[in-house]
Amino acid sequence: MKKIVFCFAFIAALGCCNAVFASSALDAFKGQEGVVKVAGGTAHIPVIKEAAKRIARFNPKVIVTVAGGGSGVGIRQVGEGLVDIGDAGRSATEEEISRYNLVQVKWAVDGVGVVVSPENSVKSLSTEQLQQIFAGTISNWKELGGEDHAIDLYDRDSASGTRAVFVKKALKKGAVNGGANVVVSNGAMKTAIAGDPYGIGYVSVGHIDSTVTPVALDGVVPTIPSVQDGSYPVARGLYSLTRGEPAGLSALLLNYLLSPEGQKIVEEKGFIGVK
Amino acid sequence: MTRLIRAAAMVTGICTIAVFFMMLILGWPLFSHGHLLALLVGGWNPGSGQFGILPMIAGSTAIAGGALLVGTPLSLGVAFVTAVFARGRIRRVLLSCVRLMSGVPTVVYGFVALIYLVPFIRSQFHSGSGFSILTSSLVLGLLISPTMIVLFVSALDGVDPRARRAAAALGATPAQRLLYLQLSEALPGLLSGVVMGLGRAMGDTFISLMLAGNSINMPGGVLESARTLTAHIALVMAVDFHSLEFQSIYLCGFVLYLFTFMLVLILRAVNHRFQRGRVQ
Repeated sequence: MKKIVFCFAFIAALGCCNAVFASSALDAFKGQEGVVKVAGGTAHIPVIKEAAKRIARFNPKVIVTVAGGGSGVGIRQVGEGLVDIGDAGRSATEEEISRYNLVQVKWAVDGVGVVVSPENSVKSLSTEQLQQIFAGTISNWKELGGEDHAIDLYDRDSASGTRAVFVKKALKKGAVNGGANVVVSNGAMKTAIAGDPYGIGYVSVGHIDSTVTPVALDGVVPTIPSVQDGSYPVARGLYSLTRGEPAGLSALLLNYLLSPEGQKIVEEKGFIGVK
Repeated sequence: MTRLIRAAAMVTGICTIAVFFMMLILGWPLFSHGHLLALLVGGWNPGSGQFGILPMIAGSTAIAGGALLVGTPLSLGVAFVTAVFARGRIRRVLLSCVRLMSGVPTVVYGFVALIYLVPFIRSQFHSGSGFSILTSSLVLGLLISPTMIVLFVSALDGVDPRARRAAAALGATPAQRLLYLQLSEALPGLLSGVVMGLGRAMGDTFISLMLAGNSINMPGGVLESARTLTAHIALVMAVDFHSLEFQSIYLCGFVLYLFTFMLVLILRAVNHRFQRGRVQ
């Protein structure tokens, strides 16, 4: 499992200039000490990473470690007490919540957009066309006004939070053809689509850059503003979960994410704040 | 010292057996529910409650078989040159290249192939996305070659030097010695090299996860996307721990375990037969 651990300890250098970074949102961390372990959804990582960096700069004795693994892993690991906070790109099911006594906090909103290669001339699809493409009934770009070439479908693994919201809100729970290639992360999806002129897949809107082209769904292009004003409907919350009510450093971290400064980080990383 | 070595051997053995029983115990709900057959021969479609792993068994077999088809001739060629034709420095350089190859991390092979081989296959065949059985078999064949080459070379070198000298004295050229003496004498060693290669190909996860496409359909051709048992375990690991979907992992592990077990048995049988043949 890919594990990214961040321990920023600029102890000596920054010990004397805490005042520079002191802001009301971080004040709660004053005098605190310890480690917060976070794991789960890969979409969350950039935000938690940045928050960890700022907290460590303010108080080097508070260390936040961030690991990936996906939404399913996040929920399971926090439920089993392996980490303090589990991240999920979907709401935990009632069964998961009651089994582990979980409490979830939503701190950002993220859109999921259909993407194709920049070389592809098809830039707009209707929900019906999208359903047919992913079901396999439309299997050639020619049928959509593109080149005469088979469509290469790219899908995510079934534990992916991105996939869960895509199937529910973009495909309206339509089937995905079993012949689709399956990739393991938002990053891998972007690499695959960027390299395949005949591919179609979907990524978190925060991940869309110049290597892939977003496809308008029913006339609305998935962008941060269109997700924000609700005109692009395929969106999901980014959640953090704790076992029982958040306490100690976990509570402080979640409060920080919901503070104006935390919400600013959320927006800087390409997501939409909840406050 | 002897006691320490014996203890180490014991721990290794016990671990192997413990893994078997762990899978049996954790996968017990599957086995006891009686839908074992449906899981073994059915298709995979979690959405409609189907958790069969047959497409993955087929994917693993096809990719490992393909890797063997690519890797065996390649390794035999290198082994022949190294063990028979090359002498002195060339031989040393070749052998150290092979050792270097075996030290390159799998992910490097996977990444290079992802950037260069996948688009190449896609553009050559105008069918499929380039993520296919063919792509991963090619890379996997290369990946298992060092293991096979080392075993082949040691088998060819292991042929009784007196017999080799006798053949040379009778006027046999190096090629003739290889064909008529070393090949037949080293056959058990060569076969065990192939079996080891197959075992490695079957057990590899990363190459197929990165290059085979991981589709859940039954593979219908070498240019189609397929999922191996090992990649399947890696992909399903993240789902809810208590679901039937997750428990199918144990069945995958079980099938892989049985496969390795069978390979070892075949290896034993082959060696046993050859040794008996020699005594007579």
